[in-house]
Amino acid sequence: MGIVWRILILGLFLAAPVVAGAEPVDFTEKLDIGISTDEISITSDFRGADLTIFGAIDGFDSRLLAQGKYNIVVALEGPKENTTVRKKERVFGIWINTNSMTFELVPESYSLSSTRDIETIAPPGDMNNMGIGVAHMPLTPIGYIGDGSNLTEFRDAFRRLRETTGVYQRDPGGVQFISSSLFKASVRLPADVPNGVHIVRAYLFRDGVFVAAKALPLRVVKTGLEQAITRAAHEQPFLYGLTAVLLAVITGWLASIVFRRD
Amino acid sequence: MTVYLPIAELSVNILIILGMGAAVGFLSGMFGVGGGFLITPLLIFYNIPPVVAVATGANQVVASSISGAITHFRRGTIDIKLGTVLLCGGLAGATVGIWIFAMLRRIGQLDLVISLAYVLLLGTVGSLMLWESIIALRRAAKNESVTLKRPGQHNWVHRLPLKMRFKKSKIYLSVIPIAGLGFCIGVLTSVMGVGGGFIMVPAMIYLLRIPTNVVVGTSLFQIIFVSAYTVIVQATANYTVDIVLAFVLMIAGVIGAQYGVRVGQRLRGEQLRALLALLVLAVGIRLAIELVIPPKEIYSVVSAGLGF
Repeated sequence: MGIVWRILILGLFLAAPVVAGAEPVDFTEKLDIGISTDEISITSDFRGADLTIFGAIDGFDSRLLAQGKYNIVVALEGPKENTTVRKKERVFGIWINTNSMTFELVPESYSLSSTRDIETIAPPGDMNNMGIGVAHMPLTPIGYIGDGSNLTEFRDAFRRLRETTGVYQRDPGGVQFISSSLFKASVRLPADVPNGVHIVRAYLFRDGVFVAAKALPLRVVKTGLEQAITRAAHEQPFLYGLTAVLLAVITGWLASIVFRRD
Repeated sequence: MTVYLPIAELSVNILIILGMGAAVGFLSGMFGVGGGFLITPLLIFYNIPPVVAVATGANQVVASSISGAITHFRRGTIDIKLGTVLLCGGLAGATVGIWIFAMLRRIGQLDLVISLAYVLLLGTVGSLMLWESIIALRRAAKNESVTLKRPGQHNWVHRLPLKMRFKKSKIYLSVIPIAGLGFCIGVLTSVMGVGGGFIMVPAMIYLLRIPTNVVVGTSLFQIIFVSAYTVIVQATANYTVDIVLAFVLMIAGVIGAQYGVRVGQRLRGEQLRALLALLVLAVGIRLAIELVIPPKEIYSVVSAGLGF
């Protein structure tokens, strides 16, 4: 079942093209985005959802816009956690986790949408600095990593696994202009989306140069029974365990009454 | 029809889980075992994270042991005093086991140790049972009388100090081997999610020479408390008990067990033991294969939340 995301466009057109104070002086462009909600509820039959983000560019150069020199990248970043990659090797005939590497605070989910392939939007160095895209996301190892010779191997494995399991996604072409300066971007929330605060980040590039960015928070919460159970398990773990045992005792006791033979 | 498991954090087909619970319940009713040693590997085969499978398996063991223990209590075949000594060892063992469990999980070797422990345990117990039951079957075929080893002869166990009298079992025995046995089973309960009846019963009969009539009831008595304790501690320390999964399993399990008991009554003891031995070996071999064949993916990713 799809979720319909209603359009919410802020008073974007009304704002006169003024120079934004915080932006570098030579960039007149301003970026604005909006989503219909700041909270998404995950029910038990949740199978992922497409989220549409609307936005507008302001203070643009019409000549460059007509030439298609403006590019937009929108990313939906999940909550960040320290994440460990483990590698198995054959030891005495059985497969054992031997090496591991932990990366500092990487997003649990990541969905990227752009006007075209991000590698053609700006030089890789710039993308690395801003950490845009799965390939450019900062993966900083924690702890002792030896001479660092296996860093690339673990980073590649991490990116590949996150992409094959579908929690990291990209859609070059997912951002479309619906009028000269209005755009819509679709990002995907995977079915096993993590709870917590996700962040929608939008970046504007003019002719390969980053000019403006904007971020919005999006809360993802589990609802109903699942949420109640998860909360109970983490906030009242002792009572939760006691309840689980009690449930087992009652089930076993009822069974011995219902099926009593002697 | 899918159901979302809030702690395992994945959607599963409820019919498959019901089927698993019913099948294991059927077998546990048929063979008179708790079924923890079957349910935990089955859940792991079905991609439930081993940490959740172990803790939830222990919860299912509570339900299946309760109905058995109630029957034994009515018949008066539980030695509470003996059970309490076993239990003291069991609780200490379970505490140590939980600590081992958390440590293995931290260093990323939990899956391996769970699988290896199952392969070793199921392989050894399965082989011994099969050997014993084949001998019994051949004797039965030749119409010889089946002679079990007479309990009663003394061995090294009976020379240990701290002896105590157990009236119901009519034995006079040191508490050291009893609490020690309880301790070992307690460790297994928290690391592997098994009740441990299939090890405890033979150990009580052959090692401690406890009369057969009180053995099953007394072991069930202690299994209830040790596995209940394990569930509570797992829930408190590791947040790995999935109450939804446990509930579906125990409902299907107690119903399946009733049919299992009926089928079990039509089979002869040594036939039952041979079948159970084959089943135990099959599960062990399946787990062993998994350890030996090259995995499809040699890397795995774990975030700080729920670890695999």
